[in-house]
Amino acid sequence: MTDTLTHLDRLEAESIHIMREVMADAAKPVMLYSVGKDSAVMLHLARKAFYPSPPPFPLLHVDTTWKFQAMYELRDRMAAESGMDLIVYQNPEAKARGINPFDHGPLHTDMWKTEGLKQALDLHGFDVAFGGARRDEEKSRAKERIFSFRTATHGWDPKKQRPELWNLYNARKAKGESIRVFPISNWTELDIWQYIARENIPIVPLYFAAPRPTVERDGLLLMVDDDRFPLLPGETPVQRSVRFRTLGCYPLTGAVESEASTLSEVIQEMLLTTTSERQGRIIDKDGGDASMEKKKQEGYF
Amino acid sequence: MPNTPNSPIYVTDALIAEDIDAYLEQHQQKSLLRFITCGSVDDGKSTLIGRLLYDSKMIFEDQLAALEADSKRVGTQGQEIDFALLVDGLAAEREQGITIDVAYRFFTTEKRKFIVADTPGHEQYTRNMVTGASTADLAVILIDARKGVLTQTRRHSFLAHLIGIKHIVLAVNKMDLVGYDKAVFDRITLAYRAFASEIGITNFTAIPISGFKGDNITALSDNTPWFKGPALIEHLENVEVGSAADEAKPFRLPVQWVNRPNLDFRGFSGQLASGKVKPGDAVRILPSGKTTTIDRIVTLDGDLDEAVAGQSVTLTLADEVDCSRGDVIAAADAPPEAADQFEATLVWMADEAMIPGRAYWLKLATQSVSATVQAPKYEINVNTLDHLAAKTLDLNGIGVVELSTDKPITFEAYGDNHTLGGFILIDKLTNATVAAGMLHFSLRRAQNVHWQATDIDRDMRASLKNQRPALLWFTGLSGSGKSTIANLVEKKLHRMNRHSFLLDGDNVRHGLNRDLGFTEADRIENIRRVGEVAKLMSDAGLIVITAFISPFRAEREMVRGMLPDGEFIEVFIDTPLAEAERRDVKGLYKKARAGQLKNFTGIDSPYEAPENPEIRIDTTAMTPEEAADLIIDRLLG
Repeated sequence: MTDTLTHLDRLEAESIHIMREVMADAAKPVMLYSVGKDSAVMLHLARKAFYPSPPPFPLLHVDTTWKFQAMYELRDRMAAESGMDLIVYQNPEAKARGINPFDHGPLHTDMWKTEGLKQALDLHGFDVAFGGARRDEEKSRAKERIFSFRTATHGWDPKKQRPELWNLYNARKAKGESIRVFPISNWTELDIWQYIARENIPIVPLYFAAPRPTVERDGLLLMVDDDRFPLLPGETPVQRSVRFRTLGCYPLTGAVESEASTLSEVIQEMLLTTTSERQGRIIDKDGGDASMEKKKQEGYF
Repeated sequence: MPNTPNSPIYVTDALIAEDIDAYLEQHQQKSLLRFITCGSVDDGKSTLIGRLLYDSKMIFEDQLAALEADSKRVGTQGQEIDFALLVDGLAAEREQGITIDVAYRFFTTEKRKFIVADTPGHEQYTRNMVTGASTADLAVILIDARKGVLTQTRRHSFLAHLIGIKHIVLAVNKMDLVGYDKAVFDRITLAYRAFASEIGITNFTAIPISGFKGDNITALSDNTPWFKGPALIEHLENVEVGSAADEAKPFRLPVQWVNRPNLDFRGFSGQLASGKVKPGDAVRILPSGKTTTIDRIVTLDGDLDEAVAGQSVTLTLADEVDCSRGDVIAAADAPPEAADQFEATLVWMADEAMIPGRAYWLKLATQSVSATVQAPKYEINVNTLDHLAAKTLDLNGIGVVELSTDKPITFEAYGDNHTLGGFILIDKLTNATVAAGMLHFSLRRAQNVHWQATDIDRDMRASLKNQRPALLWFTGLSGSGKSTIANLVEKKLHRMNRHSFLLDGDNVRHGLNRDLGFTEADRIENIRRVGEVAKLMSDAGLIVITAFISPFRAEREMVRGMLPDGEFIEVFIDTPLAEAERRDVKGLYKKARAGQLKNFTGIDSPYEAPENPEIRIDTTAMTPEEAADLIIDRLLG
């Protein structure tokens, strides 16, 4: 006997169920939209969950001003297409101090992303924020709940997390507390790609290989996306056929040399690859082994 | 790759490399199996999971390099790879060498995608395993071949059965350490069969494995020529689970959200709990019982001709019938029942023990109601399966209880339908999820117990008295001045020709509640009874005044819920503990301080002050007379 529903059907149904459950108890929900492939899938699922209504919450992009230009383009297009409000938040203090990934190292992520996110949530009084994190991304995330509770100061206390049984989510909270909800927790990188292919979901072209100006630095291939990229003596951007497996701030995101210019080829390359997805990200490596977990306790996703 | 049997299951690189589109086409048709692995670290559970991830190529080179380095540094397998390190979790746990939570892992083969709930051992075991098992189709019970069926094997099996897992795999692990001896495997299988049938497990699949060496994981091992299969993965890939059985049941869709983009569209969104549905099907909306037919099944990809169990859809109905979140849309000719009293199994999940009589939120499917639980009929010892007498349930306690809800819920027995029979209990103050439960049956059908309709209703009684009924609920510490002020309020009302009744804490304990003491449970019952009496009196049209310490917020909120909106007026007599103790009108504080009075509020029992009382009286700033005038102003003004 074959199952009527495939694994993608089941994942989709689960994610939609989660998003609709949030609407029962949330006063002011928001969807964090980072423009990457996971966000793209999450947004697509939200449109499915509430169709024919537009998703009953805005999109929030916690911007660092250092994203790839192609990301800003897709962001604005998708907001318009989905009929959702787009809120772009840039931490004013980081802006005033000119915090950037070249001069400020880990402070860049901390101020723009971690602090920026907290400020944006507080400013608008959002009590539930959807995020596109997946359990297969990183070891400490394997235990993350789908509904993750945060204190009034956005802290994450492992002891305060609630057991999640069946598909029953307890979204009750005290005043000031908030919840991060991860509707695609049970998706893997491969699921994401297959679903993008099946549903024809628009993603940033940077995921596909193309000749791009790059420099090699500290073992990473960085793309010179605009003229703010300070070239070191002797560095000259070289055109290489590259693509990205994850997208973040362009000076912090390593490209891989690739010829995969179609979705099938990208999936093919992913299946044959021998390194994990987050390897191209600098962020996981500061602070050693438990760095993602530490960041989570501080309020980063 | 070391230790990986060359099984056809994972030889896919060629197809991926040669014809990715064919591969993707094939891969898209995969089904999903969720399973749980039960066993402690000693049974090699983490090693087995690590092995499954490793063999299915879910481990990348960078992770493998880290794994090899870690294995040498902290591993327990000498120079060999310690797969257990792959599934280690949070930093704190790592340092303590224990895992304390449920982790979810993912791997995929050519036929299926798998989600593994990994639940560790130790004290939190019951809570974690029940959580992990609640979404699982299958359980892998691990046994160390050297040790055989242990107490924990029984515990794991009982819990898996309790939560309704139909497919049990008995994985006899570490066969390499017993020389791949068939006799050992047979002996363990036999012993397990005897125990399993005792608890109602009629069917299981026993497989001899070595997680460490890889025997009988992905392919049959040459080391066990006497074993004819299936290998573990083969079994996991082929076991029949999921939708077919659910689809055969009657249609049910708990409504999550009403979709109302404009005046012309009203859809009801939810996930099918069971059955199938087509446009034109006759359905019944519960609890109202109204019938109509399905008009459309609406999705972003266009209308569907049919939806099946597990799908999330939006339905539109042919008629304009009332339907909202919490309602269940069901097959018209086979609707589920509604009831408000049940027998259920509860698994307690909070550090604070269950309090019989206290009201908790109960969430079942998309319904949320207030529920109270009686003291357990019995508690089940998960190790011996004995039934024990119990007054409450502590963390990880499992018991059979009776519970009642404040309004009927639409349900089915958990054995018939997990979605309409499984529930959680939520603490009303902390909002923590404190228990998981499974409904057995209703104790009586609420729909058959009708309110006796009386011709004279509460409004008519009240209008004859020319007043609006109300309940002035005084709360505050012992000696705060509740009785004094309440008494003054009633005197003033009496002079104004208002019909009132003062229920005083001490007086009630001489009669109605003489059987109750001062434990937390008794105090809750005390307030519940007073609430019910006050409700009857307000139905009679009276202005009821109560003066009880009533220290717990949850119980005051329970009484508030018994009365029509606006009739419960919480009057907080706010006297600081130091001041009440200084006055000590009845000499009780002195006794409590001397240890002669137990459970005395403010001393060794908590007082939870109201957060938003309708009226707050600061007795350090006004006289009792002024307080009474203020309360009457607020009541009648």
